Amino acid sequence: MKTRKLSAAARREENWGWIMVAPTIIGLFVLNIWPFIQTIYTSFCEHLGFGHYRFIGIQNYTDMFSNTEFWKATWNTVWFCVLTVPVGMILALFVAMLLNTKVKFKGGFRTIFFLPLVCAPAAVAMVWQWIFNGEYGILNQILGTNIQWITNPSTAVLAVAIVSVWSSVGYDAVLLLAGLQNIPKTLYEANSIDGAGKIRQFFTITVPMISPSLFSVLIMRLMASMKVYDLIYMMSDETNPAMADMQSLMYLFYRSSFVAGDRGYGSAIVIWTVSLILLVTLVQFWGQKKWVTYDI
Amino acid sequence: MKRSSKSGKAIVYALLILGSVIMIFPFLWMFFTSFKTVPESMSIPATILPSAFRPDKYKEVLEKLPFLRLYWNTILLVFFRVICAVAFSSMAGYAFAKLKFRGKGLLFTIVLMQMSLPSQIFLIPQYQMVAKLGMANTIFALVFPGLVSAFGVFFLRQTYLSIPEEIGEAAYLDGCNQWQTFYKVMFPLTGTSVAALTIFTAVFAYGDLMWPQIVNNDVTKFTLSAGLATLRGMNTTDFPMLMAGSLLAMLPMVILYLIFQRQFVEGIAGTGGK
Repeated sequence: MKTRKLSAAARREENWGWIMVAPTIIGLFVLNIWPFIQTIYTSFCEHLGFGHYRFIGIQNYTDMFSNTEFWKATWNTVWFCVLTVPVGMILALFVAMLLNTKVKFKGGFRTIFFLPLVCAPAAVAMVWQWIFNGEYGILNQILGTNIQWITNPSTAVLAVAIVSVWSSVGYDAVLLLAGLQNIPKTLYEANSIDGAGKIRQFFTITVPMISPSLFSVLIMRLMASMKVYDLIYMMSDETNPAMADMQSLMYLFYRSSFVAGDRGYGSAIVIWTVSLILLVTLVQFWGQKKWVTYDI
Repeated sequence: MKRSSKSGKAIVYALLILGSVIMIFPFLWMFFTSFKTVPESMSIPATILPSAFRPDKYKEVLEKLPFLRLYWNTILLVFFRVICAVAFSSMAGYAFAKLKFRGKGLLFTIVLMQMSLPSQIFLIPQYQMVAKLGMANTIFALVFPGLVSAFGVFFLRQTYLSIPEEIGEAAYLDGCNQWQTFYKVMFPLTGTSVAALTIFTAVFAYGDLMWPQIVNNDVTKFTLSAGLATLRGMNTTDFPMLMAGSLLAMLPMVILYLIFQRQFVEGIAGTGGK
């Protein structure tokens, strides 16, 4: 049996503990927990303006699920993930492996690949919008094509996906590089005596050894892609004929809540998006048992 | 054998240089375009270099947007977000790692919950709070959602956990109370992590677009990111001016990055990775 009585020193320690976590916990209650509950509640309400709400049950959700624009945005978001996550990860792993060889200026290359991370996405999106420009853009001139990258419904998401991969590949590569550097060289030496080829080594040693890093990059990239907003906001606008074909869930959330002012409906969209993210993350955590190895 | 490893190395260099060109080209293109005239920027075939390095578009964009204000607002936003994140997260991180108190497990669960939820789910109510306080269009509104950082708490807790218990005990025996042990002995040992958290917080506050757009609609209270969004809304064909604006908005952070490369890369990657 533990006694409830604490010594004076233990009591002082406890008081300090509470005092020191107080700002954070109070902050989290005000800024996160209460808003979280409110968002769930307002998703069942109609916004009457000026922060006044009326309870309307599941009306927002039935409206949402019968809205084609909403399903299109959901599809665009999923499609964006499909375009960015696998390609982004393969490219990042490739860059990380290049940087893991004995090259000169390794730090310089790393600095260059990492550069987009410190640039505001708004500025990055601006220059890419110019590069992708259908009439005068440099990309069409380099490729000798005549594609309306951003205003054509079939390429709009692809264009944003390219920018997203370009922005994040250096960051993901640095994370994977840390994993690669932790692989003991002796593993490869022992393996090459066995006469294993480079490609087999990649699949039997490299991938299993960095699977924890690959997994954390995968989760991070998926969550970020599901929430894509600023690149789409900056690369498109209301006059873009491909708007409906490129807007993501978060963009639709922004427009519904803060442009149209329909905060109840906006809350329903954000709840849907967060549920999707949690679902995808759970599936990944369940699936990791099949390919992630922590115990080598 | 030697030959093949030599040509292998050449391929590695070639690929790295190709990758670097792809990474740098958009920035160069931004730079060159910003000095062109509008007709020049639209010439086909495109010219790479501007015919002259005229600063006209920079003058124009400085008239269109109050850039000095935007810089100042962004600095204030970053400054207050960093101060809050470092101060409150250090205290809480230390307490969660080193102190015994009732409710610790439950309170830390709240921290973890906040971390796993996307921030957009809090946006509408956060905005309504700011509006109710009559604080829309202020610097405080910009800082508001970042007053505490659950991520910072989680990250610094890891750091404090890695500091051996003996150090705290020695300070305690020397007569320090818990606060003095934290403030005078433990906190100074976390320099690298605090620097990482600072860079991480600063880069993300600087790049954030949605929140500044929501709470502030007065251009004199905009951040650089939100300012760029307005600039694009005003004019969609004057690309040289848009490029000049983007370059001005990017420049401070890029300069800091080039000075503190290692700290930036390790700071951002180190905090995000694990």
